[in-house]
Amino acid sequence: MDDLAVRLGVNELIAAYVDCIDEDRLEEWPDFFVEQCRYVITSRSSHEAGLPHGVVYAASRGMLVDRVTALRRANIFEPHRYRHIVGPIRIEQVDATVASAHSNFIAVRVMHDGEMSLFAAGRYLDRIDVTSQPYRFIERLVVLDSQKIDTLLVIPL
Amino acid sequence: MSELGADTMRGIPWPSNGLTEIPFRLYTDPEQYRLEQERIFKGPTWSFLCLASEIAKPGDYVATTIGETAVIVTRDAAGEVNAFVNRCAHRGNLLCFERQGNVKEIKCIYHGWTYDLSGKLTGVAFERGVKRQGGMPAEFRKDEHDLARLRVAEIAGLVFGSFRDDAPDLENYLGPQVVGGIRRVLNRPARILGRSTQVLPNNWKLYSENTKDTYHASILHLFLTTFRINRLSMPGGIYIDDSGGNHFSQAKLDYAAEDADYNREGLRSDSDLRLEDPSVIESVDEYGDSVSVQILTIFPSMILQQIRNTIAVRVIRPRGLDKTELDWIHLGFDDDDEAMTERRLRQGNLVGAAGYISMEDGCVGGFVQRALRFNDDDSGVVMMGGYDAASQPFRSSEAAIRGFWKKYRALIGN
Repeated sequence: MDDLAVRLGVNELIAAYVDCIDEDRLEEWPDFFVEQCRYVITSRSSHEAGLPHGVVYAASRGMLVDRVTALRRANIFEPHRYRHIVGPIRIEQVDATVASAHSNFIAVRVMHDGEMSLFAAGRYLDRIDVTSQPYRFIERLVVLDSQKIDTLLVIPL
Repeated sequence: MSELGADTMRGIPWPSNGLTEIPFRLYTDPEQYRLEQERIFKGPTWSFLCLASEIAKPGDYVATTIGETAVIVTRDAAGEVNAFVNRCAHRGNLLCFERQGNVKEIKCIYHGWTYDLSGKLTGVAFERGVKRQGGMPAEFRKDEHDLARLRVAEIAGLVFGSFRDDAPDLENYLGPQVVGGIRRVLNRPARILGRSTQVLPNNWKLYSENTKDTYHASILHLFLTTFRINRLSMPGGIYIDDSGGNHFSQAKLDYAAEDADYNREGLRSDSDLRLEDPSVIESVDEYGDSVSVQILTIFPSMILQQIRNTIAVRVIRPRGLDKTELDWIHLGFDDDDEAMTERRLRQGNLVGAAGYISMEDGCVGGFVQRALRFNDDDSGVVMMGGYDAASQPFRSSEAAIRGFWKKYRALIGN
C-alpha cells in the first residue's frame, strides 16, 4: 500500500475526529469507528499496571451512540466545550488492512462562562481500518497522563 | 492549629439540638475544617487505608492519607499490618512519597534516620558523630522517637486505621448490620480492575451526604428513566447503625424480568429512547438475593458500592475547604471468568467520573459550594422521612444524612 496515502488518511481521520468533538457535532462522533470497535479512556498508571477498567469503556459503536444520546438527553452538567490540540502523528505499523498510530494530545476545557483550564493531556493509541474510505478506528485507547479528572467527564476525548 | 488550639474551639453553632437543620457555614468555615481534621479524621473513628491485597508481601507499603494527614501502612516481616504517620520524627520530613512499594526498612532521605516496618526508630545517621566529634548527646534515646502508630484492623480484605485508642473495635464501630453489608459484597477474594480519582470542587461533607442521600437518585440522575431502565425495581430500605455514621441502602431488582422486558420492548419501533447497546446494563444476580444496588458508607470517608455488577470502594479525601479528591477503586473477583470481567467493565460506564448515573454527583456539590459563597448564614433542611436517624424500609428519605450529622455532632462536641 502507498505509505503516503495511508499517512494522509490517518492524519485526516485524527484531525476530523477532534474537529467533530470540538465543534459539537457529537452525533457524528460514532461514525469515526467501525461497528465492532473499542474506545476506552484510561490513565497512564492503570494502563501501565495492565488494569482493564476504563473511565469510559465502549465495546461497540452502539455504546458510543448511547454516550451521545445520554449526554444530549439524560445527563446534567454545566455547559462546556473542549479545544483539542493533537501533536505529530506517528504511524507505527501498517499492513494491508490495519494501521497502528500514536499521537499526543491536550484538551482545554472552556466553560460556558469563559473559564478555561487544561482538562486532559495524554496519548491516543489507535488501530485504524485502512481498507475503505474514510478510514475508521477499530480501537482508540485514550491514555490520560493523570489519573485525576476534574469534576466530571461527559464529552468524549 | 495545635491540638491545644483545637481543644478551645467550639465549632459552628447549631440552630437546635435536632438533626434536620444543617448550618451552611459547616461547608464554608476554615476553622470548622481544621476542627474536623482533629476531631473526626484523627478522632475515635476508623478510616480506610488500603486493600489487604495491596500489601500482600512482607515489606509492601502503601502511602495514603486519613483526612489530610499522611500515613503509611506496611506489612512487616512477621506478616503483621502496621500503620504510622508518614512524618520523620527528626525534622518532620515525608518518609514515603511514592504511592506503593516494597522496602526492607523506611529510611528518611533527608538525614538518613531509619525505621523498621512497624515504625520503630532503628538508626540515626552519625549518631556517634564523625571522628568522635558531634553526634547525639548521651541522653538521646532512639526508643523515644518512634513514629506515631495507628491502630489497624481488617474486615473482608479492607484495612482500616485509627489514631485513637478509645475508638471502639472496628466491628463494634461499624455495627452488625453494616458488617453484614460489607461481608455480603466482599464475600470472596477481590482483585483491582482499575483506579481513578475524581476531583470535586466542594467541601468533603457535601459528597459524604450525597452518598447517604437516597432521595436525589431518581431526580438528579436521569439516565435510567430516560432510557426506561429499572422500572421493575423493587423497594429496598436503609439500614443505619446506632451511631448514625455508618449505613447502607439497598434496592432490589427482578433481574430476569428486566432482561426479558428490555429485549422485548427493544423490538418495538416507537419513538422512545432505547439503548443501542444494552450491554451496559446487562447484569446478573451474582449474590442471588435480587439486590441490584447497595451503597454502604463507613464514617467518615469510605463507601463500598455494588451497583448491579460494578463493585467499587470510594475514598473521600478532603483537600481543603472546597476541594475533595474522590478515589475510585474498581473491583472484580479472583473467580470472575472473562465474560464476568467484560460485564463489569461495560457496566463500569454507569459509575465514576464519567458514570451515566454518577457524573452529576461530581458537579452538584460544586454548585452548592458556589451558592454558599458569602451566602451561608442560613441552614439547609433534611426532613424527608422524619426527624431521626433510624433504619427505614423505604428509600425516599434523608434518614442516613441525619445519621451523618448525628455522628458528626457527637464527635465535634456541640
